[in-house]
Amino acid sequence: MKKIYYLWLRQIKKYLRSTPRLAGLLAQPIIFLVMFGYGFGSSFGGGSNYLDYLAPGIVGMSIIFTAIFSGLEVIWDRQFGFLKETLVAPMPRTDVMIGRTAGTATAATIQGVVVLIISFLFGFRPVSWGAIVPAIFIMFLISLTFASLGTVIGSLLDDMQAFPIIINFLIQPMFFLSGALFTLQGLPDWLSFISRIDPLTYGVDALRVLLSDIGHTDLGLGIDTIVLVVTSLFFVFLGGYFFEKIQV
Amino acid sequence: MIEVTNLTKKFGDFMAVDDVSFNVADGEVFAFLGPNGAGKTTTVKMLTTLLHPTSGTMRLDNIDPVADPEGARRTFGIVFQDPSLDDDLTAWENMDLHGVLYDVPDVERHKRSEELLELVDLWDRKDSLVKEFSGGMKRRLEIARGLLHDPKILFLDEPTTGLDPQTRNLLWERLRELNKNEKMTIFLTTHYMEEADQMASRIAIMDHGKIIATGSSESLKKQTNTDSLEAAFLALTGRNIREEDAGSSGHAKNMGRVWQGGNRR
Repeated sequence: MKKIYYLWLRQIKKYLRSTPRLAGLLAQPIIFLVMFGYGFGSSFGGGSNYLDYLAPGIVGMSIIFTAIFSGLEVIWDRQFGFLKETLVAPMPRTDVMIGRTAGTATAATIQGVVVLIISFLFGFRPVSWGAIVPAIFIMFLISLTFASLGTVIGSLLDDMQAFPIIINFLIQPMFFLSGALFTLQGLPDWLSFISRIDPLTYGVDALRVLLSDIGHTDLGLGIDTIVLVVTSLFFVFLGGYFFEKIQV
Repeated sequence: MIEVTNLTKKFGDFMAVDDVSFNVADGEVFAFLGPNGAGKTTTVKMLTTLLHPTSGTMRLDNIDPVADPEGARRTFGIVFQDPSLDDDLTAWENMDLHGVLYDVPDVERHKRSEELLELVDLWDRKDSLVKEFSGGMKRRLEIARGLLHDPKILFLDEPTTGLDPQTRNLLWERLRELNKNEKMTIFLTTHYMEEADQMASRIAIMDHGKIIATGSSESLKKQTNTDSLEAAFLALTGRNIREEDAGSSGHAKNMGRVWQGGNRR
């Protein structure tokens, strides 16, 4: 447990120390809030309503883009050697993976909370302040799902160059088809199918139920949470499996 | 302590390690001597569970690293050939994390980290991020970290490459102590003759993935009728090239370079 904690702590330290990355990760949601919140909102009429719709989506967005970094970190550590140090340590490799992934997931959750606070500056108010705590739990489930997915990808790739391609072809579509920015009504069947197997759809939906009570589907918080718990566990196991198999 | 039988590793068509067998006794200092691309590092990687062998068997303290990697990892420590520090952590944090991962108890961990950082002259810089360190400082930290715990077997993969003579001497002194007092088995790879000559009780000379001679420095000299280990080494590796036809040997070397280049990523 202590070993897992130390590896968890390492990820948090790295996240907090990487100032340019922090700045970039915070700039992205702010740009989206400005561009979409003001730009899109006014062209559709109800400005403040759109912000209520948008804010949980932007929280979800900032989480997945932070969490997926866990994959880049595996590749990075492999390239710069530190991965070996942990791979030969006298502990189960799954523990190494859990410490790393939980660390990145925690960082992504912090990121989500910070973005939520930023959205307050734009005028967003949650329907009830008491919903913040369960919302943070949902944020952690989203973070864990995507941090583990990142670990799966990072364990399979040994090339930094391939990582942006993954971001473009996997994470961007998942983001757009999650309903974070726009409602998913009237999508062609195949796209609507993809959006239904996208874990972020359920995360954003749960955040909307809890925070803005607007524009959510009729799945309900229960279904959303169950889907998130199951997918996060699934990806943690998958990440553990592939991490175990890494050869350096 | 280390038993290796018919160990082979192929990368595609390239034989990195070709049917290698050797034993290292408990408390022995054993050296792998060979030119670049000979297969030394690949052998160490297989022993330390970082690579799966293509065929052959290995035992570390009677544990099979393929069947029980976690058990095998409990028997050894390793100083890698290439950097394996976390640049975003401080020197102290690197030591501390290593100590925790290797089950060094708190009090001992702090005491020894301080002692070792003093020893490699990095105590003043213990709170600096490793990315601010020069290459030599990083290497010294790496060595200090490798000595933080007392495994049964210590693997050192070209540990002195890039070290200044002062630190090199410190390291060898320390290793001799550990070997004598803790009965630590030491397995090192090097291409410095004098290092192998001074440190190792037995030396295996490796070239093109094969062990071409094993024995004490004395017996290798006797075997080749030479008066220095370097002359013995050249006699042995030289003869090996003549045995193969020039074409395939050149090809193997090139493949070795390609592999090493790819490996460094």
